[in-house]
Amino acid sequence: MIQLIAFYLFATIVIASAAMVIFARNPVHSVMWLILAFFNAAGLMLLAGAEFIAMLLVIVYVGAVAVLFLFVVMMLNIDFAELRAGFVRYLPLGALVAIILAAELIFAVGAWNAGGVDLAVRAAPVVTDKSNIEQLGELLYTKYIFLFEAAGIVLLVAMIGAIVLTHRERGGVRVQNVSAQTRRRPGDATRLVDPGSGQGVEL
Amino acid sequence: MTEFFQSLGMSYEWAWGVATVAGILLIALPLMLAVAMIIYADRKIWAAIALRRGPNVVGPFGLLQSFADGLKVFLQETIIPTGANRGLFLIAPIITFTVALMAWAVIPFNSGAVLADINVGLLYILAVSSLGVYGVVLSGWASNSKYPFFSAMRAAAQMISYEVSIGFILVCVVLYADSFNLNEIIKAQQGHGLGIVNAFGFNLLLFPIAVIFLIASLAETARAPFDLTEAESELVAGYQTEYSSMAFALFWLGEYANVLLMATLNAILFWGGWLPPIDWAPLYAVPGIVWLFAKILFFFFVFSWVKATVPRYRYDQLMRLGWKIFLPISLIWIFLISGWLMLTRYS
Repeated sequence: MIQLIAFYLFATIVIASAAMVIFARNPVHSVMWLILAFFNAAGLMLLAGAEFIAMLLVIVYVGAVAVLFLFVVMMLNIDFAELRAGFVRYLPLGALVAIILAAELIFAVGAWNAGGVDLAVRAAPVVTDKSNIEQLGELLYTKYIFLFEAAGIVLLVAMIGAIVLTHRERGGVRVQNVSAQTRRRPGDATRLVDPGSGQGVEL
Repeated sequence: MTEFFQSLGMSYEWAWGVATVAGILLIALPLMLAVAMIIYADRKIWAAIALRRGPNVVGPFGLLQSFADGLKVFLQETIIPTGANRGLFLIAPIITFTVALMAWAVIPFNSGAVLADINVGLLYILAVSSLGVYGVVLSGWASNSKYPFFSAMRAAAQMISYEVSIGFILVCVVLYADSFNLNEIIKAQQGHGLGIVNAFGFNLLLFPIAVIFLIASLAETARAPFDLTEAESELVAGYQTEYSSMAFALFWLGEYANVLLMATLNAILFWGGWLPPIDWAPLYAVPGIVWLFAKILFFFFVFSWVKATVPRYRYDQLMRLGWKIFLPISLIWIFLISGWLMLTRYS
């Protein structure tokens, strides 16, 4: 009963907020609706018993990705009239993407229902004596270790690529060297002299 | 608690619902009271270090100062700037406050005394604390004012930077404790140091990251010396500049609830949580909650002590500390600890 209420609550909010992402007039509001959608998707994951995925969804998407979105959207000075004007121009492309996505979803669900994966395996209860972090960990670090490492390497290459592409060497910048600063002692920088009258100090 | 309500003749669903609501109230209401008193304590400690008296007028020893402040703020008018984005302006403090309370759901106060005993407790805390940044960023943007916006940008960059090293530190603790569940983490600390000390912190391998975690939690809650988001000498009051009345009070309460949470996390992750400090039978006669509160108060004292004595960091120094010092150290420490555990525990 509680699960049923929770499922319909989360599902409704996911769909409604996903729609609001598109319909909101203010881009910052759009990002906020997107965050709400992520959140409720995480709720659905919890109901499916995948608490690890749910938490990762919140940490990665809400905690990091959406913050970056929000950053970009806030920094840009967006002209709303101009955004509206592009609507008709991008409509065919948008519709194409939407149709492809919908077709893929229907195809995937159809393939699932048509069998191929044995029904008994699909409906088999999950091993409950282990938390799903442990199950995922055991699979990722044994059976799928090479795929896992490959994914890591792809991410590393992407990161280095992003740095290489955006990095530019700026000449003539005086960089602060903190260790040199903290190493410096009064003896290195000052000198005590006792000049006689009328003699002055050698600098 | 569900069983108790079931024994009163309720069905399981109702008993569960009532028990959960009762549990939430049992945590949230004392927490609010604790926040009020901790603000008073903060000001008193500060005052003592600065050789002042601190609040001493309202009630005996000024104990009711926070309540007087609360009443004052409650009676103020809520001012919403004309250019502000109304909805987000009002939602932002609510987000900060709610998120500060949410994380307490998985904090164990004694063996088994926890609202939600989930096996991803630590991840839940990480997830919730990563939400905290939204309150600040939104309030800064929705205020439609320069200083709050600067403050919001600073806050976002600061919190994300330090969350990275906090995440890695948590991984080290999880590796040692073999669980994400906070209760299991505490139990793993029983007799950890030489078979007598109940704390990860006394392990030589974990002590350095315990220190880093303490400093990073100062930065995560934007306490001095990392309070650049509300640096009054540069940004007026940072993201709270345009706020008044209850909206402002919610920021305040949320901030201090977060500080308490971080003190609690320090106590739980590295210093044994509700376990007594020494694994010695007579000490277990004292209820675990007393030990936990003593540890929380100690870390809160450290927080105010630092606030009263350490000058504020410059922003580039803050970023340098986060990315160039804490991040490499915590990464190296994961290698060290997993290597050590491979050698000793799993070989």
